[in-house]
Parts: sequence; structure tokens; C-alpha cells
Amino acid sequence: MSDKVDVAALAKLARLEVSGEELAKLEKEIPDILAFVATIQKAAAEAPKHEPALQNVMRADENPHESGVHTEKLLSAAPTREGDRIAVKQVISRKK
Amino acid sequence: MDLSKLTIAEARRALDAGEYSALELTNTYLDVIAKKDGEIHAYLEVWADSAREEAKAADAVIARGESKPLTGIPLAIKDNILIEGRIASAASKILENYRASYDATVVEKLKDHGAVFLGRTNMDEFALGASTENSAFGPTKNPHDTSRVPGGTSGGSAAAVAAGLALGALGSDTGGSIRQPSAFCGVVGLKPTYGAVSRFGLIAAASSLDQIGSIGKTVADARAIFDEIRGYDKNDSTSLTDASEQRTVNSKQRHSRTIGVPRTFLKEGTDPDVLERFQQTLDALKTAGYEIKDVELPNVPYSLAVYYIINPAEVSTNLARFDGIRYGLSVPADDIQSVYAKTRAQGFGPETRRRILVGTFVLSAGYADAYYRKARSVRELIRGDFVRAFDPSADGVDAIATPTSPTPAFKIGEKSSDPLAMYAADIFTVPVNLAGVPAISVPSGTVAREGKNLPVGFQIFAPHGGEEVLFSIGEDVEKSAS
Repeated sequence: MSDKVDVAALAKLARLEVSGEELAKLEKEIPDILAFVATIQKAAAEAPKHEPALQNVMRADENPHESGVHTEKLLSAAPTREGDRIAVKQVISRKK
Repeated sequence: MDLSKLTIAEARRALDAGEYSALELTNTYLDVIAKKDGEIHAYLEVWADSAREEAKAADAVIARGESKPLTGIPLAIKDNILIEGRIASAASKILENYRASYDATVVEKLKDHGAVFLGRTNMDEFALGASTENSAFGPTKNPHDTSRVPGGTSGGSAAAVAAGLALGALGSDTGGSIRQPSAFCGVVGLKPTYGAVSRFGLIAAASSLDQIGSIGKTVADARAIFDEIRGYDKNDSTSLTDASEQRTVNSKQRHSRTIGVPRTFLKEGTDPDVLERFQQTLDALKTAGYEIKDVELPNVPYSLAVYYIINPAEVSTNLARFDGIRYGLSVPADDIQSVYAKTRAQGFGPETRRRILVGTFVLSAGYADAYYRKARSVRELIRGDFVRAFDPSADGVDAIATPTSPTPAFKIGEKSSDPLAMYAADIFTVPVNLAGVPAISVPSGTVAREGKNLPVGFQIFAPHGGEEVLFSIGEDVEKSAS
């Protein structure tokens, strides 16, 4: 089932730059790992569907903390900031 | 004082009796760390100054006669548990300089006790591995033979306790990461019931499997730490609300008498002398009055394969947050896509990258049904195996026992180039995390390798909320080994 794995495409999906040398290594290792884990196909066909027991884990939407109490602490961890914002590169840009 | 023998209970007694101060105790540990940790490399960072301040504060509390079980007790903390203002790197380059913005709930509880934090311990990067060789900052050595691994991923925590570099430690266990290093280092490691200990402030690896737990020299020590970190936390949505209730129920089962052994499962690749040690411990338990019987867990042999689908799937999802934008390493580039891709390439080590890619594959459209969803279903079958084995209405057992690991500690470098061989080290520990049940590894003698005696662990599994069962059988294992 996992005879051909396009590792370069996976790396793109995972937003991970992979060097040519590592790619060659991974193109061997990943199919080996997938061939091993594919042994679960032999498990009973009538495996029960996983149905998580759902419950509300969110707090009530009330009494928020005072605005700004965590701002400095969290922003101080950011690589680049502008005032009270995290600065990022433009997300959508015109192709040059 | 002899740190190689010292237990939390004994230190508590001596501190409260004024035989030595918490500061003296902490200084003794700091001296030993300075002498020995160059060779072992259990710690990524030692907090000598703040540890002394914490010890002084603990002494004041003790002097007022207000000590709690862990007041002034010097502990080591795995590098994936947040302490406000301290670096928490998960042994990764991507978080090398990251300082935590808040305390993990377990840390808050230990601070409330006046425990002393000696430092943060080495681990496999993002808790992915079985040997601590995947740390971005170099491997930890096994104190019993420094040419061997301490196990992983909580290898630094287990080695620190074993080498007398901490009185106890916190670790985290996703597929055996507390139990297997505890077995390799000859200490006790507890993986509590999923949800028994809050994971708020634990850097997530695989969220349906991760659990914080304790490492100590004895069952009583592992328990002493667990007792203070457990309990419901509104900040962790998987935290068990009825934990205290379950405890009462389970304390009634203290006289657990039946232990099941999945014989057919154990034969797979277990070293003969490890199996022999395991049998000797079972014989001793039988002499102590336990009934030992075979138990069938027909789907458990699929555990390793199921685990190595679910774990990478969840890891690839959890680690998506490391993108060079909000915290951690950020590699400058021309556009935002390149910032992500370059930051992640430079920040993550080889095993982490491998898991992210495998996880991306098993979750991708076209393959998710055959891999991820099928794995979730087989996981339900495995969970069902345990429910049946423990079912009191069907003549079920009180606990299940296996060796913690099929081998003693292996050589540094022995498995590091073969991911599947490394994954196989987890064979007896991953079923526990898939089922969410608690388990403990207790030292049960040694086996000889190249003239060195290497510790072997005896692993006990109990039903959900059955920590008391683990402690009571674990103490009997300790008696049999002494």
C-alpha cells in the first residue's frame, strides 16, 4: 500500500524544508515505517468505530481576565514585535 | 548523608527532626551534581542559586512546624514542563532560548509545597525516542554503565534519581518514557491514569497519550510525589473530575491478589535472561500469596503499530505550532512560507522531522482511512482487551505484569540509525498509553552484559484509577528483590 511515498510533497504539506541528502534517507525510512505500521490491517475487520464521549470542556463565556494582564509576558517571547503586536511577514504577496 | 540510599520519607523525617537543614541537603545535591553530572549529563541546566533560595524558604517553613510532604525535597524537572521565567526547551533547538510564560500546574503544586527545583533534565527532543539520544544537546549516560543509554524519553530524570543527583523527579510518559528509563536506570517510575495529573504546562507531544508522572528510588517515593501533583485541573480539559472518588473506590481493593501474565505476547523478542528475571519475580509474588494466571490480550500485539500511527499523527499536529512566529527560534526569510519551512528545518532534529512527515502521511486525504482511522479503531480493540482482562464480573485479574522492556539498557549508538529498532524498545510500554491505564516499573534485579550488572524493570498495569493496586504490588516486588 505504501510502495511509493512522495516525501518531498509531504515535507511541503508539513512546512518543513528537507535537504536532498535527507530526502534520500527519508525516502527509504518512511516506507519501511509505513510497511511496519500497516500490519494493523490484519486486525479484526469488525473493529469498533472510535466514538469519543463528547463533553463541554470550555469555561462559561463570562468574567474574562482584565485586558492586557498577560500581554507583556506573552509578547516578550515573540521573535519580532511592533508595539503590542507580533510582527509577521506579509501573508499574501504578489508574485514577482 | 548517603545520597545513594536516601529516600523522600527519610529526608522528610531528618528535615523535620532538624538533623540537617533543607539548605544543607540541597547543597549536598549541588556538590554531587558538580562532581558527577559532567559524566552523566542528566541535567541541561542546574539552578544552584534559586535552589538554595528555595531551600532557605523551606527551612523557614520547617522551623515553623508547617512542613508538607515535599517541603525542602530537592527534585529534578523534565525539560518539557514549564516553570515561569525558566528556559523549557524540550531538548530542542527550536526552543533553546524559550522562557516559560507561566507555571505548569504540577510546578505550581510543588511550589506550594516548598519543594526545591535543582534543574531541568535532558530528554529526547519533544519526548520522541527511547534513549535520550535524540536530545539536541547530547545524550545522557546510564549511571550503571556510561557506554549505555539511560532509556528515554525521560532519561535525564531517571539517571538523575539513579545517580543520586536528585531525590526524585518529574517525567512525562507518552509510550513508556517514564517506565522504560526507570527500568534501565534501576529506579521506580509511575505513569498515572490518563487524566489523573494535569498536563497544563507540559509541552505536548501526543495529547491522547501524554501523561506527567513521577520517578523515585522507591515505590513510596514515586507515590509521595504523585500524591502531591495529582488531581483535577480546570486548565486541562482531559483532567479527571472524579479522580478523588476513584481513589476511595480503589483503596478498597488494596488486597489485590490476582496478577495476569500475557505469556504469548512476552515471547516476542525478549532477552532470555530478562524473561528469567521476570519469572523469578512472579515466583516470589506467588510465594507472597498472589495468584498468577495467564491472560489473553489478543489485540495487544498490534499496539506498537497502532502507536506509531497515532503518535506521529498527533505529534505532527501538536508541533505545527512551532512556526517561528510567536515564540522560539525564528529563521529570517523573504516570505512567510519560507520562515516556517526554514525555522522548522533548522529547529527540529532528525527524529522529530521523521515523525512529522509520517504523521502528515497517515493523516493525509487518501491514506487517513487506512492508517489513522484504522489505528483509532484498533486502539479501541486494545482498550477492550484490558477492560475484559480486568473485568471483576468475568473473573478478571487485579493487575497485569510484563517486563518493562524486552532488553536491559542498550549501547549508545546501537539503535540510533535504525528507527524501527528504536521503536521496538517500546513494545511492552505502549499498550498502557493506548488504553489510558496506569502502570509502574519497579526494579527487579539485574542481568549481566559485558561484565556489568544492568537493572531490569518489572512492569505492573492496573485498571483506570488503580494506582493503589500498583503501589501495593510494587512494594511486594521491592520486598522480593531486596
